[in-house]
Amino acid sequence: MKRPAFSFSILALFLIASPFIFQARYSQHVLILVLLYVTLGSAWNILGGFAGQLSLGHAAFFGFGAYTAAIIASKTALSPWFAIIAGPAVVLPIALLVGWICFRLRGPYFTLATIAVGEVVRLLALNWSQLTGGAVGVVIRPSVFSGTNKLPYYYIVLVITAATVALCYVVSQRKLGYYLRAIREDEETAESIGIDTTRYKLVALSISASLTAIAGAFYANYFLFVDPTIVLPLALSVEIVLMAIIGGLGTVAGPVLGAVLLKLSSEVFRNEFAQANLLIYGALLVLVILFMPDGLMGGFHRLFRFGARKTQRVSA
Amino acid sequence: MFLLEVNGLTKRFGGLTAVDSLSFNVSAGETVGIIGPNGAGKTTVFNLITGFHRPTSGEVVFEGANLVGRKPHEIALAGVGRTFQVVKPLRGLSVFENILVGAFARTGDRVEARRIAQDIIEFTDLVAQREALADGLPIGLRKRLELARSLATGPKLILLDEVMSGLNPTESTEAVELIRRLRDERGISAVAGVEHVMQVVMSISDRVIVLNHGRKIAEGTPEEVAVDREVITAYLGE
Repeated sequence: MKRPAFSFSILALFLIASPFIFQARYSQHVLILVLLYVTLGSAWNILGGFAGQLSLGHAAFFGFGAYTAAIIASKTALSPWFAIIAGPAVVLPIALLVGWICFRLRGPYFTLATIAVGEVVRLLALNWSQLTGGAVGVVIRPSVFSGTNKLPYYYIVLVITAATVALCYVVSQRKLGYYLRAIREDEETAESIGIDTTRYKLVALSISASLTAIAGAFYANYFLFVDPTIVLPLALSVEIVLMAIIGGLGTVAGPVLGAVLLKLSSEVFRNEFAQANLLIYGALLVLVILFMPDGLMGGFHRLFRFGARKTQRVSA
Repeated sequence: MFLLEVNGLTKRFGGLTAVDSLSFNVSAGETVGIIGPNGAGKTTVFNLITGFHRPTSGEVVFEGANLVGRKPHEIALAGVGRTFQVVKPLRGLSVFENILVGAFARTGDRVEARRIAQDIIEFTDLVAQREALADGLPIGLRKRLELARSLATGPKLILLDEVMSGLNPTESTEAVELIRRLRDERGISAVAGVEHVMQVVMSISDRVIVLNHGRKIAEGTPEEVAVDREVITAYLGE
């Protein structure tokens, strides 16, 4: 099959060239944001989409990554960029602990527990002032690049995003991906065919949380400021989940499409409609959920492969 | 030595004794029928053997090792497969993917897993439905998919919970044929739980165990059990 390879090359070229196509600093900023959210949506999707464990606490992992960068910058002589490695290392044991506790619960109870985890981490950051700066937050002095040139940030986040999406694709094709989907569909069935459901859920959570922490570490290095209302709000967890759901749960391309659509539209709406932007944004969400209950990916499938699906369904 | 030995297996739910000191054995390559009226405890027996429930007392020995206290997935990997009375397909996955997930129990290699899944899909005659979503299958094919998915894990013993319920006569005949081939062509032992359909059980079972109120009331060849007074009473009343 040559066509996918061809489209892929075109896409890659476009992504590499885009900061030169969109030279305005604001446009480049939006590109960086979109890629960051593609990473967040894709990372969440490994746990929430593939394994069906709807976490509403992913801001905690994002915040850990961001605060790791902030603390490295304020307490050590190292570059905060080390947080891209240190962030996941800090988050991994925490994710395992969270999983050990929360995976005893299923469905909505699991989701509620993850909200609690997110809030606990937010309150911790707010009150442990010696380490986190409390409500004042931490200002990070840029260590490698000057803040005015967006190009290095764009290419760094592009690499992170590409690696994340590629990892999602690889996972979806392998035993791990199939096992996670089996767990999503029916945990008892999964156990009955030899799947250690607890272990595989922990694996999914570890990968998902680590990638989210990397995104958080990048965020801190890019925005150079971290405080609990920016990197740890429940609203961030919700936004990540929305992107994956709007795009299409459990598909590799879904969170990518969802993040591009939601982030681009929210930026456009904010410029065009000022105060009314959230109203338009909300209306868009409602429309997608009403008319594409499987997300954009499901919608595309039905549009383009309706005939194929139909013949499959009646073949019994 | 027996493949499976069940000794004094008992399960109480509060005041209710669902299974009462049940003992039986299954040899390699043998098909055993467990029959009994609704509520006799057949499903509980399967859940106890496969680790979904923990016995109150008693032991389940498979190939010489006690299975009590081990988790369902460990028991599955040890070689005990099962199907569910209320079928539980992986709905969003295709028929082939359902079987493929089972095959991954034997290998992490994608190519090898696909080869196993293809073999099973041909053995169970689900080739025509290969790409169909499991969710859209009629009940007869769902039951067969249930068996196929478990078979893909490479079990030595397979526990079939209510293999015949909800099937029309044609589908029942096909199911019986498939269970017979399981033993004859693959050498896999089976324990088939069946509520009614006596002649169906008779035609596939080397041996029949009759449960009533969690107790074994008869055991023997299908011919012996069919004329047993207590069995007739359990099914038809005094």
